[in-house]
Amino acid sequence: MLSVPLVVGASFAYLALLVAVAAFGDARARQRRSVIGNAGVYALSMAVYCTAWTYYGSVGRAAGSGVWFLPIYLGPTLAMLLAWSVLRKMIRIAKAYRITSIADFIASRYGKSPLLAGTVTLITVVGIVPYIALQLKAVASGYALMTTPLGTPLAAPQAWWHDSTFYFALALAGFTVLFGARHLDHSEKHEGMVAAMAFESIVKLVAFIAVGAYVCWGLFDGPTDLFARARAVPELNALLHLTQRAGQKFAYEQWFALGLLAMLSVIFLPRQFQMMVVENVEERHLRRAAWLFPLYLLLINLFVLPIALGGLLHFGRGGMDTDSFVLSLPLSQGQGALALLVFIGGLSAATGMVIVEATAVSTMVCNDLVMPMLLRTRRFGSRAGGDLSRLLLGIRASAILAILLLGYAYFAIAGEAYALVSIGLISFAAVAQFAPAMLAGLYWKGGTRNAAFTGLLLGFALWAYTLMLPSVAKSGWLPADYLNNGPWGIALLKPEQLLGLTGLDNLTHALFWSLLANVGAFVAVSLWRPPSAREASQALLFVDVFQNPAAGPVFWRGRAQVRELLPLAGRLLGAARAQQLFGDYARQRGVAGIAQIPPDAQLVHFVETQLAGAIGSASARVMVAAAVEEEALGLDDVMRILDEASQVRAANEKLQSLDRLKDDFMSSVTHELRTPLTSIRALSELMEDDPDMPPAQRTQFLHIITGETERLGRLVNQVLDLAKIEAGHAQWSISDVNLRALLEHALQTTAEMFRERGAVAVLDAPAAVPSLALDADRMTQVLLNLLSNAAKFLPAEGGRVDLRLCGRPTGLRIEIEDNGSGIAADQQALIFERFRQGGDSSNRPQGTGLGLPISRQIVEHFGGTLSVRSAPGQGACFTVDLPWQAPTTTTGEPR
Amino acid sequence: MHDKLVQQRLAALFAAGALLLNFPLLALWDRDATVFGLPLFPLALFVLWALLIGLAAWILESSEP
Repeated sequence: MLSVPLVVGASFAYLALLVAVAAFGDARARQRRSVIGNAGVYALSMAVYCTAWTYYGSVGRAAGSGVWFLPIYLGPTLAMLLAWSVLRKMIRIAKAYRITSIADFIASRYGKSPLLAGTVTLITVVGIVPYIALQLKAVASGYALMTTPLGTPLAAPQAWWHDSTFYFALALAGFTVLFGARHLDHSEKHEGMVAAMAFESIVKLVAFIAVGAYVCWGLFDGPTDLFARARAVPELNALLHLTQRAGQKFAYEQWFALGLLAMLSVIFLPRQFQMMVVENVEERHLRRAAWLFPLYLLLINLFVLPIALGGLLHFGRGGMDTDSFVLSLPLSQGQGALALLVFIGGLSAATGMVIVEATAVSTMVCNDLVMPMLLRTRRFGSRAGGDLSRLLLGIRASAILAILLLGYAYFAIAGEAYALVSIGLISFAAVAQFAPAMLAGLYWKGGTRNAAFTGLLLGFALWAYTLMLPSVAKSGWLPADYLNNGPWGIALLKPEQLLGLTGLDNLTHALFWSLLANVGAFVAVSLWRPPSAREASQALLFVDVFQNPAAGPVFWRGRAQVRELLPLAGRLLGAARAQQLFGDYARQRGVAGIAQIPPDAQLVHFVETQLAGAIGSASARVMVAAAVEEEALGLDDVMRILDEASQVRAANEKLQSLDRLKDDFMSSVTHELRTPLTSIRALSELMEDDPDMPPAQRTQFLHIITGETERLGRLVNQVLDLAKIEAGHAQWSISDVNLRALLEHALQTTAEMFRERGAVAVLDAPAAVPSLALDADRMTQVLLNLLSNAAKFLPAEGGRVDLRLCGRPTGLRIEIEDNGSGIAADQQALIFERFRQGGDSSNRPQGTGLGLPISRQIVEHFGGTLSVRSAPGQGACFTVDLPWQAPTTTTGEPR
Repeated sequence: MHDKLVQQRLAALFAAGALLLNFPLLALWDRDATVFGLPLFPLALFVLWALLIGLAAWILESSEP
């Protein structure tokens, strides 16, 4: 045993160290050099999941039933596999709408309902009390073991005013206030607390591994020796298997239920939600924490089974409380220092859990239970004045004290009757009731407020009836008669065999009934009526959070005044902070000052989100609604606002892509302009520098200059032409055109060109063709362009171009086929893009790269198509299809 | 790597883990045997667990943009 002053002194020294770490974290946060901004600290802070239950209870559980301590850690590992999908969505939502607690999350999702927020808070408070009691019990029995000689019975429970546990609970409340309710943060972030929890996680891991290593290698000759000795004892060998007694069936439904329960708890326990979602610094930290945290769980469980077996081998069964093997083993060997380290580790696990849990729950109690009631009163109501931020802190501190006292009360009432693990599981089953409303709310838009409320209420009622009340009754505080025979002797209502359901252990039984009722009611009531406008709008914001850009649609309509909203924010956030926030917002909106902020939906949304960070979304909604004049939105209004928002977004995207196209076009045009300009300038300079240039060379240079100038002129004309057509400003003079005559004319015009290249061009057309309503000049432009293109690629000898005109059911078809070099398949789509000429840059012929794009635009203007089919070396065939009846675009409107 | 693929891989790993760590696949390991002097069944549980974590780490870390 160790002396009382040593144990108490070491405990308080350790708690003081925790406070120092927290102060350091807070100081660094103020200097903007955060110590918690990395995935490692984030993962360690999640390890607040491992409480005194892990520390003492797991060993007790393993000593009683072998590997059955594991589902509580395997479940979270599985849950973290889905973290990157599910948890990341929750983090994104919480950050976007400044959600600071699980009650706030559920209430906000189902239309910012104060009723729902209050319900969730009440369930949390009642559900979490046994868990707090567990921590107190663990520390109390650890302390008793440390300070009484080993083997003597521990002191009988004393009246509460003599009980050291009571004062420990009070001390913990004081520390928690220091950590969690010292100053009001606009987003409920507690950097110091996170830093302290990460530190605390390291301490408990090191201490637990130290005692594990001591048992394995200090008491025994390594794990092999330990397991060999355990396997020699049939009773201990049974612990290494699924079932402990021969012939007993593996209770796989209980195994599954425990895993599921832990999976849900690791996300929905208030302290886990606080650490994982609210205190998350950056979303990407989750990527690493999602596997680091399970690794931590694995490490801290590595020695559970060896310690349990070692304890059983050493003390024999019944020799010592199995829950406290981690302490009694080193104590029995006179290892006082190790025992003290282990006790500090356990204290660390318990205080860490209590601090975060009480902070999270006090936020909920303050925002979702007390504030809504205060806001109803005349004195604090939304129209009243006065700074409320000090009041908020006071409420939180009182809530923390109340939660710890409730925990102590449960400890005093039911604590003795239960093992640590069983107490913890009661709390797990309570928070599992949040899962249906939360998870469905993330992925399904059909859930409604009434459904969530009914589901929660039914699930909670069944939890209380089948799990919580029996736990109190078994401790003798309620008549146990109703457990065995059912209330009023009705056997069907027996709490642990409801409706005669037997064959399940009490936890699985309770979980099954409560979740069944919860999910069933949630789905049934949701499908009863369609969601209201407010529910639907929140559903859109939550479910589609990854689709919404930073500023999602704002579902609000009405009239607001900056001079009403600024003081409101000042009351809850502090006047200076409110001024600063509004100033930032004004700059962001691009207006001169606070007074010029447009009083629109965006402003209301901004203020409401800021307030939500301080007092929860439901309370913020109530306060803002009282300060502004708003119109009720109907479901179709919501849909219209959403529609407008997505139209604006689509229009923006279109503008952006047009912008990009324009930039590409400009850079191509300038490039094309520069090439001829460079050669004109170079040649002119040569002639200028050399007045004695031979006339023949001078004539050659001038000839090139003229050619380049013509090309420039052509390019500019074509760019203007294309711009006109695309903008719909081109002039079209439509008349009945005989295509045969047009083709003949085009051939005559280009005959000289073909003759020069030693090629022939042949027309094959029926004698008479119906005329089409076209612009003759534009159509000629297309034909000339295609013919000159064909000419450019003809072989040096034996070139041939075929022009064919034929009638088809839908219209007339012109084909221009050459026997030139052909176009590679990957080039065929590109040649219709601007400035994309076919062929390699080395053998690219002269041209602007605009001919085909313009031709296509013209043909499409008449409702036709221009296409190409070709194979390299096989020539190319361009096809123009023109419909009999052009669509009514001939007026020159933009397409 | 595409984020959708990462999420699908993790979902598949979740399904695999849920199956491996529950009845009946879990019961396959419940034999009276030892590996390197360590009892098979608890060892198998921890190895499966470590495997899940290792795969999750590989999926998540290799996808870092």
